Amino acid sequence: MKLIRVRAIAKKELIQVLRDPLSLAMAFLMPVILLLIFGYAITMDVNNLRTVVYDLDKSSLSRELVAQFRESGYFTIVTILDRPSDVDAALDANRGQVALWIPADFSENLRRGKVAPLQVVVDGSDSNTATIALGYLEGVTERFGQRVTGGIARAPIDARVRVWYNPELKSRNYIIPGLIAVIMAVIAALLTSLTIAREWERGTMEQLIATPVKTTELIAGKLLPYFFIGFIDVAVSVAMTVFIFDVPLRGSLLLLAFLTSLFLFGGLSLGILISVVAKSQLVASQIAMVVSFLPAFLLSGFMYAISNMPLPLQNMTRIIPARYFVAILKGIFLKGSTLRQLATETILLTIFGLLTFVLSVRKFKKRIV
Amino acid sequence: MDTNTAAIKAETLTKTFNGNIALDSLTLEIKKGELFGLVGPDGAGKTTTMRLLTAIMEPTSGDAWVAGHSVLKEGERIKERIGYMSQKFGLYEDLTVMENIIFYADLYEVPQKERPERIERLLGFSNLTPFKGRLAGKLSGGMKQKLGLACALIHTPEILFLDEPTNGVDPVSRRDFWRILYGLLKDGITIFVSTAYLDEAERCTRVGLMHRGKILIDDSPARIKGSLGFPMVELWTGDARTAEDIARGCPGVRSVSIYGNRLHVALERSKALDGVIGRLQKEGIIVRDHRSILPSLEDVFIAMVEEP
Repeated sequence: MKLIRVRAIAKKELIQVLRDPLSLAMAFLMPVILLLIFGYAITMDVNNLRTVVYDLDKSSLSRELVAQFRESGYFTIVTILDRPSDVDAALDANRGQVALWIPADFSENLRRGKVAPLQVVVDGSDSNTATIALGYLEGVTERFGQRVTGGIARAPIDARVRVWYNPELKSRNYIIPGLIAVIMAVIAALLTSLTIAREWERGTMEQLIATPVKTTELIAGKLLPYFFIGFIDVAVSVAMTVFIFDVPLRGSLLLLAFLTSLFLFGGLSLGILISVVAKSQLVASQIAMVVSFLPAFLLSGFMYAISNMPLPLQNMTRIIPARYFVAILKGIFLKGSTLRQLATETILLTIFGLLTFVLSVRKFKKRIV
Repeated sequence: MDTNTAAIKAETLTKTFNGNIALDSLTLEIKKGELFGLVGPDGAGKTTTMRLLTAIMEPTSGDAWVAGHSVLKEGERIKERIGYMSQKFGLYEDLTVMENIIFYADLYEVPQKERPERIERLLGFSNLTPFKGRLAGKLSGGMKQKLGLACALIHTPEILFLDEPTNGVDPVSRRDFWRILYGLLKDGITIFVSTAYLDEAERCTRVGLMHRGKILIDDSPARIKGSLGFPMVELWTGDARTAEDIARGCPGVRSVSIYGNRLHVALERSKALDGVIGRLQKEGIIVRDHRSILPSLEDVFIAMVEEP
C-alpha cells in the first residue's frame, strides 16, 4: 500500500466534499439537526403537564403539596376532582396526563413522622413525556418532604408511582447517548455509500481503474476524510449532549474517542461496501438508509430493551454494530465504564470493522463488467 | 513471440456480452512508435477493444500483450506503463485543472523533483497554463480533452490509448489535438487512438477498419486506399439522391456513396461506367461530368461494409 496514493485519494475526496454544499450539509449539519430534533422531540417537549388532583386529605399540608407542584412549572393543575372515578375519566379523556391522589391520612402521617404514601398516576401511552414526568414528580415530592421535615435527609413521603398503559419507561439521560449512536450509524453509512457509486455514475471510475492504484489504497483513501468528518460529528454531538441536554459524562473522553474511531471504521466501511455493490448513487443511498437506520433505531437497544425482545430478534441484534456503540455510549456517559468493562463491545466492533473493510476490498473489482 | 518490438499484440482476443459478440477474435500487432487508428461506426467494438487492451475489462477468451505484459495475468503492470483517456470525460469536474493533474501525478507516483518541469511542459503544449486554477467542469470540450491528455501523459507512458478523443470537439481544437499527438509520436510514444471520423484516420500511420467486432482491414491509409482493387469514379449529377439509388442498381457497381451533389461509385470494371451514365441519363438525370479518382478511406470502408 502506497501512502502517496491513499493521501491523493483522501485529499481529492475531501476537496469534493468541501466544494459540494449538499455533501457538506449532510456531513456537518445533518447530525446536529437530527440530534436537536430527536433530542428535543424525545426528551424536552415536557412542561405544563396537565395534572388533576384528588385530595381526600384537604389539609393545609396537602394544599401546600399541590402548590409545590404548580410552582415547579412542570405541572399545571387542571382540576381538583371530587370522586375517585373522576381520576379514571380524566386520564381516559386525556384531560389529565398526571393524577395526584392524596390519601385522607396524608397530613396525619406526615405530622407523626410516619411515611406518608401518595398515589400518583401517569399516562404512559406517551412514554417519553411520562418518563420526564416521573423525574419531575420525584424531584417535587422530595423537595416537599425535605421542606416539611426541615431538611432531614430521608424524605418521608413515599410517592408510589404507577405508570399506566406502558409500564416500561426510559429516561432522557439514557436516550441521548444512544441517539448519538443511531445518528452516527446512519450518517457514516450515508457518507460513504455515495463515493464509489458516484465515480461509476460520473465516468471517473473508468479513468481511475486504468491507473495502477490498488483497491486497498482506493478504499482506505476514501474512508479517511469521512473518518475525520465522522469524528468531528461525534465530538460535536457529545458536546451538545453534555452542554445542551445536560447529560452527565462520567467516563473517559479518551476511551470514548477510541471506541468512536472503531465504530466509525465499521460504519464507514459498511457504506463503502454498499457503494461497491450498488453502483448507482440512488440505490446505494437507499440501501444505506435501510441497512443502517432501521436496525440502529429498532434493534440497537436504543428504543427498546434488547432483553425484552423475542429470542430470534435478540440474536439478530448481535450483528448490528450500533448495538455495541449504544452500549458503549450509555456505559461511558452514565456509568463511567472502563475499557475492561466494554471489552466485548470493543472486540465485536473491531471484528465488524475489519470484516466489512476486507469484504469491500474483495468485492471491488478494478474492471468494467 | 517477440514482445520487444511489439507495443501491442492481441491474439484471438474475444469479448461477448450475454452471448452478443462485441469483439470477435481480434488478432493484431502494433509496433513501437506507431500511431494506430481504430476506425469504425458506433457500436463496432472500438471501446471494448480499448478497455480490453488497457486491462480494465476481462476478455471472454484470447489474450493480449501490452508493453510485454498479458492483459489476463498482469493487468496492473500494464497500467503502470500506459496512459488511457476514456471516451467519456473521466476527470473530476469539481477539481481544478491543477488539482486533477496533481491527483494523477500522485497515483502514478511521479517523483516530486520532476513534477514542476513536467507539469509546466504539459500545460504549455496543451495551452492550459492560463486555466490552471479553473474547475475542470468549467472548461470547453476541447480544453477538457487536452486536460485528459495531460493527465494521461503525466507519468510519461510508453503507450497511449485514446478512446475517441476528439468526439464532439470543434475543428480547431481537433487540429490542435492532432498536432499534439504528432509531437508525442516524435518522442517515441506508441499511440492507439479510436475515432469515428475517417478524415482523422487518414492522419494515422496505420489504420484498422472495424465493423461489427471485427477488423476488416489493417494497413497504412495509402495502402488501404490502393487495396480497394476497383476503379473509383466521381460523378457530378443533378438530383444526387435519386441518382444514388439508380446507380446502386446498375450492373457492375459495387458501392455508391453521396457527397453533396457528387457520387462516388466503386465499379467492378472501368467499362461499367458507360452503363451507369447511360442508365442515369435514360432516367432523366443530368450527368455534368465524371472523372476517376483515388478512393478515400470512407469509400473503401463503405465498399467493404457493403460487400455481400
